[in-house]
Amino acid sequence: MAHIKLENASVEFEIFEASSRSLKRQLIQTATGGRLHSNAHQRVVIKALANVSFSFKSGEKIALIGHNGAGKSTLLRVLTRIYIPTSGKATIEGRVSSLIDISLGMDQESSGRENIFIRGALLGQSKKEIHEQLDEVIEFSELGQFIEMPIRTYSSGMSMRLAFAISTILKPEILIMDEWLSVGDEHFTNKAEGRMNSLLEKTEILILASHSFDLIRKTCSRALVLQHGSVVFDGDVEAAIGYYHQL
Amino acid sequence: MLGWQDIKQRYKRSKVGPFWLTISMGVMIATIGLVFGNLFSSPMADFLPFLTLGLILWGFIFSCVTDGCSAFISSASIIKQLPVPLPIHVFRVIWRHCVILLHNLIILPLVYLCFLKPVSSVALLSLIGFVLMAINVSWMALLFGVLSTRFRDVPQLLQSFFQVVFYLTPIIWMPHLLPARASTLLLSWNPFYHMLEVVRAPLLGDIPALDSWVISMGMAVVGWLVSLAAYGACRNKIAYWL
Repeated sequence: MAHIKLENASVEFEIFEASSRSLKRQLIQTATGGRLHSNAHQRVVIKALANVSFSFKSGEKIALIGHNGAGKSTLLRVLTRIYIPTSGKATIEGRVSSLIDISLGMDQESSGRENIFIRGALLGQSKKEIHEQLDEVIEFSELGQFIEMPIRTYSSGMSMRLAFAISTILKPEILIMDEWLSVGDEHFTNKAEGRMNSLLEKTEILILASHSFDLIRKTCSRALVLQHGSVVFDGDVEAAIGYYHQL
Repeated sequence: MLGWQDIKQRYKRSKVGPFWLTISMGVMIATIGLVFGNLFSSPMADFLPFLTLGLILWGFIFSCVTDGCSAFISSASIIKQLPVPLPIHVFRVIWRHCVILLHNLIILPLVYLCFLKPVSSVALLSLIGFVLMAINVSWMALLFGVLSTRFRDVPQLLQSFFQVVFYLTPIIWMPHLLPARASTLLLSWNPFYHMLEVVRAPLLGDIPALDSWVISMGMAVVGWLVSLAAYGACRNKIAYWL
């Protein structure tokens, strides 16, 4: 069973100025006893998440609400195990898959078919797993003969369709999304919607950061409101939206 | 797999593809061979194969380590989005340069043919030597990759360091030209000499000295321990530093 538990998790970024990024400076500083460059130790720290605690159980669909810079993306990266909290604890159990930037890592010069393998490898799939799903992906993307062409020749809709088709073959236990994915023309949008819904049914925990309240009302059962890196509200969706408007 | 990708990318737009690298390497070998071969008045039949191997292998070491420095930095967008195990980015660099090395090796049989130099069965030893070299280069790439992500001037420092080592190591000059005293200093104490020697000597028909094997292996073990310790300590911070 997938579950997520954060206990007092904080994420702090140290802002390196040009001076503290330099090894030479640091060496000189040690050599001169730190007197000459004492300002190099005045570190600027940005607290992107402050003492966040919550636990998500299997079956929950959670929305993250908050202004720009409230810490939504940072929190999503903690949940994807990219940022390990600088203090506190994050326990994330289950196969996580993030649909944040679905065309990341795709290579413009390679063919669509090759890109399926590149993207698949980046998403942690073995060559065998990709081979098994290759036909399904190609069929879903509706690219036909174009699958053998380099993707720089694709229209933006075509490459989005391909990216979508590859990224949604995963069977994650925890699904992380930043806004809903919608791609292509009307016909494809409907198909993609169907794929998304079946993906949601299979996932145990969904975490969705969004500014679209309609979408949140439709998909989520619980909502967290973030402000200045802290969770200021955790509970029912309608109440959370109301709380957010009062901020 | 991603390393192949980098190579294929080069093939895509030009028919000669990565062989451009081989051609420029070949031109460099020919030029240096002409100038220094005459300068040291070494017989070309000995000097040119020696030089070819030295330059190709040095190119491999140098580019693995300097590209390894930027392994994490240039994959920043991937690291910040997908939880791919971080060492993959380093091994992608190493793999890419192994493939480039194979391209460059094409020069070697040409040179051997020119001088009708025989290859003895000792040459097989160089395969083991190369594995050792690759292991050594990998820990350097990982270690300096981590360091460069934190300290952005490490790649420049390393580049000047390697430039100095290039002249200190017998690559464009042959070891027997050195007076005895200098040779202990420049050869015995130079880890890069030993790293090269275990690959180069067998291909030239000599068996590398025991010292070279021991030092190469020792470096591999100690280097990996240091590198893994540094990586372990910084693993969680790399994403923050990018």
